[in-house]
This record gives sequence, structure tokens and C-alpha cells, in this order.
Amino acid sequence: MARSPDPARSTPPGSAPGTLLSSADVARVVDRMAHQLIERAASLRPDDGSDQADGGLADLVLVGIPTRGAPLARRLAARIEAFTGVAVDVGTADITLYRDDLRLRGVRALEPTVLPDDGIDGRLVVLVDDVLFSGRSVRAALDALRDLGRPRSVQLAVLVDRGHRELPIRADFVGKNVPTSRAQQVRVHLAEVDGVDEVLVTERDAE
Amino acid sequence: MKRHLLEAADLDRDDATLVLDTAAQIDQALAGREVKKLPTLRGRTVVNLFYEDSTRTRISFELAAKRLSADVINFSAKGSSVSKGESLKDTALTLEAMGADGVVVRHSASGAPHRLANWVRGSVVNAGDGTHEHPTQALLDAYTIRQRLGRLDGVRVTIVGDVLHSRVARSNVGLLHTLGAEVTLVAPPTLLPVGVGSWPAHVGYDLDAALPKSDVVMMLRVQAERMNASFFPSAREYSRRYGLDARRMAALPDDAIVMHPGPMNRGMEIAAEVADSVRSTIVEQVANGVSTRMAVLYLLLGGSPQ
Repeated sequence: MARSPDPARSTPPGSAPGTLLSSADVARVVDRMAHQLIERAASLRPDDGSDQADGGLADLVLVGIPTRGAPLARRLAARIEAFTGVAVDVGTADITLYRDDLRLRGVRALEPTVLPDDGIDGRLVVLVDDVLFSGRSVRAALDALRDLGRPRSVQLAVLVDRGHRELPIRADFVGKNVPTSRAQQVRVHLAEVDGVDEVLVTERDAE
Repeated sequence: MKRHLLEAADLDRDDATLVLDTAAQIDQALAGREVKKLPTLRGRTVVNLFYEDSTRTRISFELAAKRLSADVINFSAKGSSVSKGESLKDTALTLEAMGADGVVVRHSASGAPHRLANWVRGSVVNAGDGTHEHPTQALLDAYTIRQRLGRLDGVRVTIVGDVLHSRVARSNVGLLHTLGAEVTLVAPPTLLPVGVGSWPAHVGYDLDAALPKSDVVMMLRVQAERMNASFFPSAREYSRRYGLDARRMAALPDDAIVMHPGPMNRGMEIAAEVADSVRSTIVEQVANGVSTRMAVLYLLLGGSPQ
């Protein structure tokens, strides 16, 4: 599975509508991403000689972007703990107040913003979201992070990358690259929010 | 939500809950942050149009707008074109021509914000009009109650004092009723408005009887000009019958709270030891005012202008 999306593959006609990832697929993808995060934390650990024993994981903060990035971040943290025995800090950052499309799409209810007690200053922050599309949510999240502290490094983990970027943003960890057409919708359902784990591709007709 | 916030009745239960939830999320998001500023209303202009003196409400709105990155223009009647005789309508048209997205208005005439809402394209927020309404005060009071007691549904709120002249009381009765609280008004008969029987609230004259059945006591300010206008025999008598002192506070249920919209007359409607007690939410109310008004400005101005 390619680390970064190939632009040629993410152009229409896209994928056939239907279930892209089943519940078992989601679990497997999350496990793989957790392993990748463990490796990355080890390779990016601070070179001040501290915290070598935990492989840099004490330095890692997973920040989920609500709605579905938040439970995804908690799951990744749970899997990392299962694999390594180290509990990783998790937070959520609501980006609604940082969005640039409020005028176009109207205001909406806010979701919680919760950071670990130690904050994010000087740490390795990995933003977690369900779908990477235009990149505008990530831009808003980067703006929000700038107001919340000054991480040593910020990386991005997404369950699905569906292409069609409108900004120069790419993900560092991708669960699955999915070629789509703009007319399609990618719906990620997670048990915590939707009662079931699955990723669906649908033709946009619901809205 | 409606485009303007002119009175408590502009908010149905869902709207009011959305404002309180939004304020809570903003509070949580900004807690402990060095940069207490959000970019949400960048490029929007909010005019504070104050025809009546006010410190805390104006500053609260100004801070709320600035924390959302709106440009704020403060207009007070003193030292402005109003002292040269400009009418409310002409002032409104001037603001309109300058492109105000939101107008926060306080006026001594009840209904002035309603008139204003017909003349400007932006959203109008009533920051107190005459003896009519002060909806954002009611929102911050409801927010404070929910924060302290964890709920609003079924909470017993006793509002004490000059209900007749109080826009805070009017807005609170409306909003708290919408949110499911049970409101009781306690005041001397001379300080209750005609038609109070049709309000969604109980009415009583005996504070001591109401206190043991109150989860919240909201003391209203006795406005100095009323003291000399024969609404009650003397300040001392008012204080003895309707003032909240330590002895009366002891009659409250254990987790009951004491509120006051400020500015308060210590020793008059509220004793100093009550105002400074752990039950008192007076300082929290001021802090909550900013987040509640941020929520209102975000919800009214954040989206598309129609």
C-alpha cells in the first residue's frame, strides 16, 4: 500500500460504490497504523537522552479532530498500549471556530477540545482524522494547534485518503488510499459514533 | 436560530441549549491557553451602540467580539452625534452604510432594539432596553446555574427584588421557563408589574417562605432612583424584608447558589458576607458573560449573512 497518494490514481471515475473496508479491515488498518506510529515515535524521539526506554512514546500526543478523528485517536492509543505497554497521551481539538467555510456552510455546534495535562509544547503531535479530502480541515487544525501550543513536530494520520487536495497538505500515515471522483462520498462509520465499523463509498445523492 | 437576539422569546429550547453548549465548548477550548483568541469572526465588524451607561456589559461584549477576532467599534451616546440630536434611525443608517455585521445595542427606551432590527441588515443583539429585556444576561445566568448545579430542568429559581423595573428579571423568567426551570418571583407588591399573573412564574411576597424551596436565589439590584420614589417605605425596611443576609442564607438548601447580575449594593439587597460566600456566583457570572456572548456572536454572525 503506497505511503503517499499517486495523483494519477485519485482522479475519476473513482471506486465502485459499496463497502470499502469492513469491520475486520478497519481493525487491521488501525493496527498497522499503530505499528507505524510506534516506529515513527522511535525514529523521531528527542535526542536529549531522556525517555529512551519507552521508544519516544512518552513524547507522542495523538490529537483527534472531532467527530470521528477523536475515537480513532483513542483507538490508536489503545492499540499502541496493547503492543508496547506504554500509555500514549490523547487529546481532541475542535476546529469549527477555525474553519474558512463557515460563511459558505453556516455555523454548527462545537465539539470538545481537550488536551493532555502536560500540553503539547515541545512534543510530537500527530493529528488524527477519518478522511483526508480537500485538506481544509487539516489547515484549520494546524491553525488551532498554533494557538494551543508549540509542538516539536506535527504529523498527520488519516484512515482514508480520498484525494482531491485543495491545499499543499499530505498525510504521514494513511490507512487506505482510495481513488474517488468528486461526486462520490466516503463515509467512515466507527462503533463509538455510529454503532458499526465500516468505510463506505457512495454516490453523492443524499445531500 | 433567528437573525437577531432581541428578547428571551427569540430562543426556543433547542436554540438556548445550543448557545449554552457552545459557550461551554468555548470555555473548555480556551481554558488554560496563552492565546485566548479565535479567528472565527475575522473581518467582521461589531458595533457596540450604547445609549445608556454600562461598564460590565459593554466590556463583556467588547471582549467577546475581540476574542473572536471581530473588529469592534464602541459608540456611546455621550460625546457623539447623538448629543447633537441625531435620531436612532439616522445613527442606524450611518452604521449600516459603514457595513456593520452586528450591532449590540443598549437603550433606555424599551423596544429600541426592535426598531433598530428593521433598519439594519446585520444582526442586532439587545444588551438591555429600558425595563424590557436583557437576553444575554439571562443566558449567562442560565449557563452559570447549569455549570454549578449540572442541570436546569426542574431547578427552582427565586428572583427577588425590583421585578417591575428589571429587564434582567423579565429575560430570566422567559428563558428559564423555556429551559424547564421553575421560577418564583418575590417582591413587594409595589415592585411587581401589572399582569405578572400571566408570566410563567409563581409570585410571592415572603422571602423567608421561599428560601427553603430554592435551588437558586437571584437578587436584583435596587436601583437608587427607586428608593426615593415611594415604592417602599425606606431602604432599611426593604433590606430587612427582602435583603439576603447570612441568617436567610442559612435557610437555603445545602447546594443552593446565590446570584446577582451586578452592580450590587452591599448591605442593601445583599449582605457583604453573602456576596463573598462560596454560594455566591457573582464573579463566575462575569466570566461566564464573556463566553456566553462569544457563543451568541458566533452563532449569529459566524455563518452566511442570509
